[in-house]
Amino acid sequence: MTSSAKGKLKVATTSLAGCFGCHISFLDIDERLFDLLELIEFDRSPLVDIKQLGKCDIGIIEGGLCNAENVHVLREFRRNCNSLIAIGACAINGGLPAQRNHLSLPLILEEVYHTSVGLANGLIPNDPELPLPLAKVRPLHEVVKIDFFIPGCPPSADAIWKALNDIIAGHEPVLGHGLIHYD
Amino acid sequence: MSANFTIDGKTVAIAEGQTIIQAALAAGVYIPHLCYHPEFKPHGSCKLCTVKVGGRQSASCTTLAQAGMVVESDTPALNDERRTLIEMLFVEGNHFCPSCERSGDCKLQATAYDLSMMSAHFDHFFPNRPVDASHPDVLLDFNRCILCSLCVRASRDVDGKNAFALCGRGIKTHLIVNAKSGRLADTDVGLQDKAVQVCPVGVFLRKDKGFNVPIGKRVFDLKPVSAYVDATAALAKEQQ
Repeated sequence: MTSSAKGKLKVATTSLAGCFGCHISFLDIDERLFDLLELIEFDRSPLVDIKQLGKCDIGIIEGGLCNAENVHVLREFRRNCNSLIAIGACAINGGLPAQRNHLSLPLILEEVYHTSVGLANGLIPNDPELPLPLAKVRPLHEVVKIDFFIPGCPPSADAIWKALNDIIAGHEPVLGHGLIHYD
Repeated sequence: MSANFTIDGKTVAIAEGQTIIQAALAAGVYIPHLCYHPEFKPHGSCKLCTVKVGGRQSASCTTLAQAGMVVESDTPALNDERRTLIEMLFVEGNHFCPSCERSGDCKLQATAYDLSMMSAHFDHFFPNRPVDASHPDVLLDFNRCILCSLCVRASRDVDGKNAFALCGRGIKTHLIVNAKSGRLADTDVGLQDKAVQVCPVGVFLRKDKGFNVPIGKRVFDLKPVSAYVDATAALAKEQQ
């Protein structure tokens, strides 16, 4: 355990190729956040604005992998977190971004930047600062070991609450009928 | 009459000629299944209804019930194997529930929920399967096809149109439309066809009807697939 000085579990979160819907749904646990904060302390997370990832007990990752930076961040989370949780459809099966997977990447870039209606002299962005897109969008477990999954698009606040409590209590999350959803 | 067998310790009566799954469902005992449908001859392909009979595994939709059989079905080991089968179905096709009109009315999804599938576990194939939107009333989305052959059987045995077939072998097996052009519009398939109504997943979609029943009030939103024992009637009602 990498518990903080206060004896709390350290938790980091991030959104890769996602829409932040899972983070919003996480916040929808509302006042239960106060109970949760008795048990955990946030490390890097868009919720607290800490930018550097430290050693953590749990990493919660929303979104799949659509570019090289996503893979970099995922591997950094894997190195620093004892347990990784994939949250939401995109993290688990690629979700909406993976709807491009049956098309070739050059074809997509061509369509978006060159041939779409209303584009004149369009250029495909080529700045070295931009992360390179992957040929196919991939779910997290195809690149690193993922310990737990919370499905849903997004998972409901109740599903997230139940799963987190199960995981913090040290067992596999069990979502019964009504809480387990892929949509 | 009054021959019996036991399934998970429960005594089930056998009517003449019944398979294990027929006798079990008639007695209110749920066995997970996808390619089985009470109105059609068994196909035995999805293997989800596999049970243990006298220590040996066999598909309960193709095995005749016999007096004195000792059948195991709802065991952790069998359910683990069933979950693995479901996971493989999920990665083989493109099953994106958030954008599927059939979400909540889908037997594949509901069975996965019931077996607590939290992820598809394997690497996804992300196959390229173009949809067929040629027909005025029915959209065919092959991305969700699990090769249960129910539409093939329904079109051949009930509608008498033979409009569909499974083509290719092994991992290349796929559903085709029996028309020279390969397009649904060039068949005589219509909305009243049984073939259009039996799909357990979201391949056959009625145009303009997708969200008549809102998400949250659908068949498997109300109760899990196992609680229906056989959800066929509830799904048929919803699809009308």
